[in-house]
Amino acid sequence: MSKAGDGAAAGQPLLRIEDLQKKFGDLEVLCGVSLNVARGEKVSIIGPSGSGKTTLLRCINYLEKPSAGHIYIDGTLIGEKKSGDRFIHLTDRELARERQEIGFVFQRFNLFPHLTALGNVTVAPMRVLNLSREAAEARGRDMLQKVGLSHKADEYPERLSGGQQQRVAIARVLAMQPKLMLFDEATSALDPELIGEVLRVMRQLAEEGATMVIVTHEIQFASEVSDRVIFMDQGRIVEQGLSREVLFKPKEARTREFLKHIQDR
Amino acid sequence: MTFFQILEKNGWYFFTTLLSGWPATLTVASGALVFALIFGLVIALMRISTWRLLRWPATAYLEFFRGTPALVQLFVIYFGFPDWGFQPSPLQAAIIGLGMNGAAYISEIYRAGIESIHRGQMEAALSLGMTPIKAMQHIILPQAIRTMLPPMTNFSIVLLKDTAIVFSIGVLEVMALARQLVTETLTSAPIYLMAGAMYLCVTIPMARLAARLERQRQAWQ
Repeated sequence: MSKAGDGAAAGQPLLRIEDLQKKFGDLEVLCGVSLNVARGEKVSIIGPSGSGKTTLLRCINYLEKPSAGHIYIDGTLIGEKKSGDRFIHLTDRELARERQEIGFVFQRFNLFPHLTALGNVTVAPMRVLNLSREAAEARGRDMLQKVGLSHKADEYPERLSGGQQQRVAIARVLAMQPKLMLFDEATSALDPELIGEVLRVMRQLAEEGATMVIVTHEIQFASEVSDRVIFMDQGRIVEQGLSREVLFKPKEARTREFLKHIQDR
Repeated sequence: MTFFQILEKNGWYFFTTLLSGWPATLTVASGALVFALIFGLVIALMRISTWRLLRWPATAYLEFFRGTPALVQLFVIYFGFPDWGFQPSPLQAAIIGLGMNGAAYISEIYRAGIESIHRGQMEAALSLGMTPIKAMQHIILPQAIRTMLPPMTNFSIVLLKDTAIVFSIGVLEVMALARQLVTETLTSAPIYLMAGAMYLCVTIPMARLAARLERQRQAWQ
């Protein structure tokens, strides 16, 4: 039994999605999405509610099991392995190992309320990577410093603002040193005045060369940070291209309609 | 003799005799509680599993132990197990019987506690590379325990009171000794009332503790 596509070839995309489909009962949420993301590339996904953006992101780290299609990171199949001609699902342990390389930032932060900010950032390095407490805390403090929250290390999430909570959530992901970071509307649950601090951290990560797939409604941010923008509607990629082209000179009528709607808000 | 004359004459004897039953009562209660806490967690995890092969036996277990009287279960274990080659002592049968019965109820407390934790917590733990078991151990259960503590304390009170039925398989606990005293002295009300008062001395502080934990839980939420 072998992992299909093992051995990362030079120049191949970091993330490769092939004909991804996802159905919830009779509802088809993703209808054959294919996508490549190069190492170091920043890709923003925009689109109306229910277009399948979040489901696509959740399928990439297998929080949702795709109905069909395959996902590769660095040439390694995610969530499945090939046995002969068949693809079979990984065990929980195997899947957990693959997820270590895919960071996921949630819309609602999902911080662990029983742990301090530092505890949130160190729990996975200690329990998953088996780092010593000292090593995990050193790494955790570095990450909190990176997101500008080293002074909040001992605070519990309930004592942090929404923006601070989201920055801790980003630090928690960074502490696992993932190859790919997924952001699911990371600023949607924040008050307007708190959005800037989270976007600043995301911009900084982008400048440092992280590979990021960002689901967002922040068009200005997407245009500044992304190398490429994808517009999705009804479970399909309607248009994709350089961020300026898609956001300011869209070819598809549906993209134009969506962007106009966003500007009119 | 009046009620008070009986107490004046034999009160101390009743008290010391009944008190000597408390080690057995507490042994059965604490043993059954530990059994129920461990086994109940296993049943709860089986019940919330996505595997039907685990879910179904756990549901059957729950239905059986909640749907039949604890006394019947005790009799099956004490009088029935020897037919299958295991002869438990009265104390062992009491701990196993009340423990298995308690596990059915405690598993539902665990399940409610676990399910009260937002799904996003499990997803966040999984997305960081934890297995479901590690996520349960380090993220879900430490949070759920706060929700579970008040009903667990209430359950401990019920379990302590339920130990009174184990006299029926010969455990010399408080109620067994009370019955012996009644037979010996042909006096019932003062003896049973004294036994009841002894239970109250333990259950009232436990009920207070449960109420305090409940207030803390509400404040935390």
